[in-house]
Amino acid sequence: MSTEAHGAPRNRTLKWINDRMPIVSMVEHTLYYPVPRNLNYMWNFGSLAGLALIIMIVTGVVLSMHYTPHTTYAFDSVERIMRDVNYGWLLRYVHMNGASMFFIIVYLHIFRGLYYGSYKAPRELLWWLGVFIVLLMMATAFMGYVLPWGQMSFWGAKVITSMVGAVPLVGDSLTAMLWGGFTVDNPTLNRFFSLHYLLPFVILGVVILHIWALHTVKANNPLGIDTKGPQDSIDFHPYYTAKDMFGVGVFLLVLAAFVFFAPNYLGHPDNYIQADPLKTPPHIVPEWYFLPFYTILRAFTDDWWLFQLLLGWWGMTAKLAGVLAMAGAIVVLFFLPWLDTSRVRSARFRPMYRLFFWVFVADCLLLGWIGAKPAEQPWTLIGQWATIYYFAHFLIILPLLSRIERPKPLPYSISQAVLGGGGGAAASSASPMEKSG
Amino acid sequence: MANDASSEAADEVDERDGGKGRRDFLILTGSAFGVFAAGASAWPLLDSLNPARDTLAASTTEVDLSPIEEGQSITVKWRGSPVFVRRRTDEEVTAMQAVVLDDLPDPETDQQRFGDGNREQWLVVIGVCTHLGCIPLGQKANDNRGEFGGWFCPCHGSHYDVSGRIRKGPAPNNLPVPPYTITADNKLIIGREQSEGSRTA
Repeated sequence: MSTEAHGAPRNRTLKWINDRMPIVSMVEHTLYYPVPRNLNYMWNFGSLAGLALIIMIVTGVVLSMHYTPHTTYAFDSVERIMRDVNYGWLLRYVHMNGASMFFIIVYLHIFRGLYYGSYKAPRELLWWLGVFIVLLMMATAFMGYVLPWGQMSFWGAKVITSMVGAVPLVGDSLTAMLWGGFTVDNPTLNRFFSLHYLLPFVILGVVILHIWALHTVKANNPLGIDTKGPQDSIDFHPYYTAKDMFGVGVFLLVLAAFVFFAPNYLGHPDNYIQADPLKTPPHIVPEWYFLPFYTILRAFTDDWWLFQLLLGWWGMTAKLAGVLAMAGAIVVLFFLPWLDTSRVRSARFRPMYRLFFWVFVADCLLLGWIGAKPAEQPWTLIGQWATIYYFAHFLIILPLLSRIERPKPLPYSISQAVLGGGGGAAASSASPMEKSG
Repeated sequence: MANDASSEAADEVDERDGGKGRRDFLILTGSAFGVFAAGASAWPLLDSLNPARDTLAASTTEVDLSPIEEGQSITVKWRGSPVFVRRRTDEEVTAMQAVVLDDLPDPETDQQRFGDGNREQWLVVIGVCTHLGCIPLGQKANDNRGEFGGWFCPCHGSHYDVSGRIRKGPAPNNLPVPPYTITADNKLIIGREQSEGSRTA
């Protein structure tokens, strides 16, 4: 292993520390651990997500020093940040658009995992930790959006927290407990601020577990086959640190483009109107990253045949069904390792899965597009069919494909596929340092 | 002591199994108390999230109804939420009382929505859609009132009738009727019951 190759630190101070707490060895292990040599740019999004999390925490901590979590002052304190606080506009725009960037990165990271089968053995736990991180991110982002106390903040919070009321029997008491009152009001804003500050650090903790699991089972790769020896791997540093730095550059350019040229493009103008508990905006829309789930929530109406067929007759309300389906859209990801039982990981060698993967991507985009439309025909109908397809992809298509699909032959090893022909010989000539391993 | 002999016998048993029985007992009771204590100390944390006393106390609102004409509506804020007060026309009252219960997703007669002595001309309902909490349209003359002439929720398309009952759309329940009193001099007090009379909503 590379850790041994690099050994204990030579610097006497570092050695003194390392002998008492092997933190230097841990950092070295993190940097020099062996990674498949054939990773493509889709593997940049893990480290990018980590960077996005750090940007959000740093800007968030500073913003919280100027923000007032009270219904009377919240909106004005945000405006003060924008106008009077030095660089407040920059911090807030980075935080706002950083949230969107964080979701884009994480969604691409998830689709990468779906395409290359990164959820299959032995990476199930790694995958589950990732799904858990997404859930935490959604909760954090939702509560953060409430803090500016604009019209969309308030009504988004009202609509989402009212979902809890769909729980049978205890729904109303639970909602009152969540609100701390009879509606979304000052107690709600206060606790959302507290949790919005707390959850990112919980995310950070789960991210550490996620990385720990990754370093135990090692990274998957575009071929989806296991590494067979040192000729298949290269050290994370400097090879992938360099590649990741390029991704960081691209990411920061995109973030800067939004922050400096279109800071409010991804937001809603209504959120620059202070919250009014007596007036609902004509068109409530969640942030773009929640749109596909919003469509699934709205697909369940009393007169939908699927609802009547499956659920309506044993006393479930359309509201509860919608809430459960929306939660199910994420929960189904937990079961992915058992739904897709094909032993071939990468879609490169699964011609049918590859096709259905792209149909699924299109379906997710369609769900997102419908989510931004009003609850009218034909959008409702399209949304309902897109919802059916979303679940059919996981519950019907994937299990079926695992049985009937005939995968293409897998290459013998990563080095053979990447370097062509000679395999071992070519690999050792390409990196003579690794001959001994 | 009286039970010296029996406790000596118990000690002997303990000696034989190396004190295992006694340790198991201590571990079991200790853990049971520990779990109970953890649960008991979690309760104040959870209960602190429930509505506080000052929030619960701010619970009555008073309005003068005399300037409201037939067919007009006003919105009153009660407990942070809007309450719709509508002075219904006689035709509307008759039409609402004639609705067949089978047509309603949440069956309730128009009469059931009024307590004893509350006048059926004055409809008082909490103006929060029972689907996901939006405020339905229909309070202003030029608002879309939906297919049943009452209120229409723009968020997800729920239609309410002039009795505040859900008729069409995703909302599961009728608009709730708050406790209220209308005094002899046309004052509406929301948050206080009319009398000892039974109210169903």
